[in-house]
Order: sequence, then C-alpha cells, then structure tokens
Amino acid sequence: MDAKRARNSVGSRTMFHVRKITSFGPHGLIGFVFFSMISLLAIFAPWIVPHDPFVIEATQRLIPPAWMEGGSSTFLLGTDHLGRDIFSRLIYGSRISLLVGILAVVIAGVIGLFLGLISGYFGGSWIDQLIMRVVDAMLAIPTLLLVLVVVIVLEPGLATLIFVIGITSWVQYTRIVRGEVLSIKERDFVRMAKTAGASNKHIIMKHILPNALSSFTVIATIGVANAIMTESSLSFLGLGVQSPDITWGSMLNDGKNYIATSWWVATFPGIAITITVLSITFMGDWLRDFLDPKLKKGGDTNET
Amino acid sequence: MIQYVRRSLLQVIPSLFIISFIIFILVYVAGDPVTLMLPETATQEDRERLTVALGLDQPFHMQYVQYVTNMLQGDFGTSYVYRQPAFDLVMERLGITLLLAACSMLVAIVISIPLGLLAALYRNSVIDFFISAISILGKAMPNFWIGIMLILFFSVTYQIFPVSGSGTISHLVLPSVTLGVALAAEMTRLIRASVLEVIEQDFVQTARSKGLVESLVLSRHVFLNALIPVVTIIGLQFPQLIGGTIVVETVFSWPGIGRLLLSAMNAKDMSVVQTIVFVIAIITIFTNLLTDMVYRLLDPRIKYDNQSE
Repeated sequence: MDAKRARNSVGSRTMFHVRKITSFGPHGLIGFVFFSMISLLAIFAPWIVPHDPFVIEATQRLIPPAWMEGGSSTFLLGTDHLGRDIFSRLIYGSRISLLVGILAVVIAGVIGLFLGLISGYFGGSWIDQLIMRVVDAMLAIPTLLLVLVVVIVLEPGLATLIFVIGITSWVQYTRIVRGEVLSIKERDFVRMAKTAGASNKHIIMKHILPNALSSFTVIATIGVANAIMTESSLSFLGLGVQSPDITWGSMLNDGKNYIATSWWVATFPGIAITITVLSITFMGDWLRDFLDPKLKKGGDTNET
Repeated sequence: MIQYVRRSLLQVIPSLFIISFIIFILVYVAGDPVTLMLPETATQEDRERLTVALGLDQPFHMQYVQYVTNMLQGDFGTSYVYRQPAFDLVMERLGITLLLAACSMLVAIVISIPLGLLAALYRNSVIDFFISAISILGKAMPNFWIGIMLILFFSVTYQIFPVSGSGTISHLVLPSVTLGVALAAEMTRLIRASVLEVIEQDFVQTARSKGLVESLVLSRHVFLNALIPVVTIIGLQFPQLIGGTIVVETVFSWPGIGRLLLSAMNAKDMSVVQTIVFVIAIITIFTNLLTDMVYRLLDPRIKYDNQSE
C-alpha cells in the first residue's frame, strides 16, 4: 500500500510539473533551446566546423565577414590576424567555456553545499561561527581578484582555472544553503526525526539536504554563467586558458589589438559570451520560478 | 550607536586575520622569492644569506607571526621590481582607481535610479519589460567587451573620446561608462524591487486614500523610503566594482592598481600583489561597515542596541 501511495504521489507530482513547465513564460524555453544548441555545438565541434580553427594561413589574414566588401563566402564571420576562421574558432571556444563553467560549479557547489549544511545544521556553534567568518573574509576580496592571485600562484592553465574558480566561488552556495537549512531544521519533520533518535548524518542527508536542493539548483545554474564570465575575463587578461586552446576571452584579447581596422575579430566572441550567459540566466530565472517561488527576483546575489 | 560602531569594529578584526592568513598561504605556496630577487650570478651563499634575512628559514607559523607583525607596523614588504616599499607603490595608484570607481558609480546611479523607478511605477507594462530586458542584457555582456565596443564606436568610428590613457576628463568617460553600465544593470533590478516593496506598504495606501496627489505620494512617501535600501545596494556593489576596474584598466590602459596588479603578477612581485589584495579587502570591509551605519542612521526602525548575530 505504501508503494502504491508513493507511486501515486510521484505520478501526480510529475503531472504538476508538466503543467507548471508549460505555464511559465517563453524565456525559459528560449534559454533552454539556446543552451542546448551551444552544448551540441561544443560536443560535436570537430565534426561541424567548416575550417580547422588552429591552422594559420598567412595569406588569409583579417578577411572581413562574408556580407562585407572583401569578404569571402568560405569565411562566414571573417578571419583573425593569423588567418584562422573566426566562425570555427567560436564553435571551438564554446567547449572551454562550458567545460570550465560546469566543472567549476561542481567543485564550488560540493564545497558550498557541504559547508552550508554543516554551518546551518550546527547554527550558532563554534564551527558555524568559524565558517561564517571565513565566508565574510572571502566576501571582502572580490572574486576576480582572488582568482587572479591564486591562478598566478598555481601557473595558468585549464585545470588550474577550473580548480581556482571552483574553490573561490563556493561562498554564495554556503550562504544560501545555510539560510535554507536554518529554517528547514525548525520544521516539524526534522524535530520529529530528532526525537526519534535519528543521527545527525541521517537527518542532514535524508531530511534536510533534499529540501535545500531546489534553491541550490537555482543558484548553481546562475553560477555557471558567472563562472563563464570569470573564465572569459581571465582569458582576456591572458591568465586563463593558454594558447593553442581556444577561448572566447582570448579571442577578444587578440581582437582588441586590431580594433582600429578589423572590428569583427573582437565583436563576435563578445556576442558569443553574451548569448551563452543570457541563455543560462534565462534558464536560471525560469528554474527559480519553477522550483522555488520563495526566491524572488532581485535578491539572488545580495541577500545578507 | 557608538556601542554598535565599537562592536562592528571588533568584528572586523577576526575577518582581517583570516584575510591575512589566506593571503599569507597564497604567498607561501607561490614559493621562493629568493631566486627572483637575486641576480643570476648570485652564489649559494648569497641565497642563504637572503633566505635568512627574509626569515624564510623559519617554520611556517613563525613566518606568519613575522608577517602579521610587519604588517601591523605598516611594513608590507618591498617590491623587488620597483625597489620601493610595496605599500607606497599601491597608495600612489589607489587614488586614480578610486576616481574611476567613483565615476563609474555615478554613471550607474544616474542610469539605474530613473530606470528602476520607471520600471516599478509602470510594472508589468511595456516600459517595465523593456527596462528589464536591457538590464538582463547589460548583465550578460562582459565588461571588457563593452569597453572594446565603446572604443570601436566612440574612438575608432567617431573619434570623440581617446582610446586609452588618463589625465583629462575625456579619458575618464569611456572607462566609467564601461564599468557603470554593467553596474547599472544590476542596480536597476534591485532598485525596482525596492520601490515595489515600498509602494505596497500601508502608509502609501493611506497617503493615497487621504486624497494626496499621486506625484506627492511618490515624491514624499515612496521615493525617500525606497532610497534607503539603495544605499545598501550601492555599498554592496563595491567589491564587484573594484574587481571590474582590474579588467577595465587593462582595456583602457588606465594607470591604477589594476594594471599594477597585473604587471606585478606577471613579474611574480608577490609583495605588491599581497598589498593590493589586502588594501582592497580593507576598503571593502570598511565600505560595508559604513554602508551598514548609514543604513541604520537613515532607517530609525532598525535598532542597533540589541541586534543579535
């Protein structure tokens, strides 16, 4: 009977979700479609690109986009200062951005979730105090600055970048999760579990974690966009992923030097970053409405 | 109030220690500065002498104690590139970075307060939709890209403002707008939310129902009350703003601490790097503190005597 009831409740919950998915505005769908397209491009990049993005062709330097005078239909968005096809490089660039964005959030999320659960569950204890003081200290150093300093200590590179963005951006997850846990642990089912003699570990894993996950998911989604932004900034400063790996940030850095004559080199990578960040933001906003109506718009990053 | 200030200041102290510890670990991991500081012809003896002189032969905890003691005495180490005290180097360039930050904040305020108000007053209308679309877009664009696009438009195509450098007001325009736009995008959303919150409150309804003209309701009751959270919003944007200057200074060759930081990092000039991080952290902490106090002064409802952690 229990199993049946469980199945029923799962079934009705699924129906509820389906109804809700369709009832929210179109921006979530747009975000989802764009993000899926970018992901597919990233995954299948080697088979899609019209040109080899790494091949330097001195005779084809700085060719304008196809629709401009002097443009060539073989290079849709033109070529850069080394004669490489910008369109192909943009497609390849999505790989690093998504990889860094997602893996960095996984690292930050795991640390943030763990510390947030502990800090919230043992709220007010010395461990909570310690964690919150570290959070305060981390908040006083701008993320980008912290990332820069750690990168230079560990030598720039792809793995460093993922690791560093991960270990410097867990603070926001800790704060959100801690806040959630503080309120969840006052609820009746947690008190009852405690009275029934359940261990702390059991209560945290079975009762608190599942209830804290929805806010966490929303923040983590937006976190991917933030991580992509940080990665681009670092690559733009020349401290991110190193050549020959292609990133949008380093393409922009190349393009900056040719801005007076060839606008397209710096313009398109910026558009790529903007579209990617926008699509993730849309998905995050939609997830927020969908999973967690409590988290109102406008208070996601600055709640104290 | 004085008691509150004293307690807040006391709370800052552990934060400062943790920050100094984080920075110390980074510098410790970064490795041996001796090789960088000595000429290539240096002998093994020279190396050992310098290691002892710098206290690097001491165990980890002793090094940290020494580090904090030096810092408390105002000694942040010497830049081996410039052969100058790191603290002086940073202070020389801090002013020009703060100037950029202040101008950017001004741009952001000028843009975001009217837009946030408009969006809230005409909520769920076309205007609101349009403004929130702009602010979402503004947040999604990387600031260095905005900077490059502004250069493309205003320096390359129309030659109104110089591409880079500093010294005159026209040099200040593009970098401030670059940083200000991104900031305005974030602030517009928050200001909209804050105005909406006030509009829905009872005293506004009362003012309306006693027959007050709508413009008076807005100017007397809504606007001033909605401005109180704006103070917090502005204060909280500060770390982001300073982080942004690092990138924007590079785009526009602005000679502030952001550029100093990058060149120091490339040269592994760690004493300069750690000084910059520490100075920025201190400024951030005190900005937050100041924001908090201004907020409390403006909003008499918040009690500062028996607040609990």
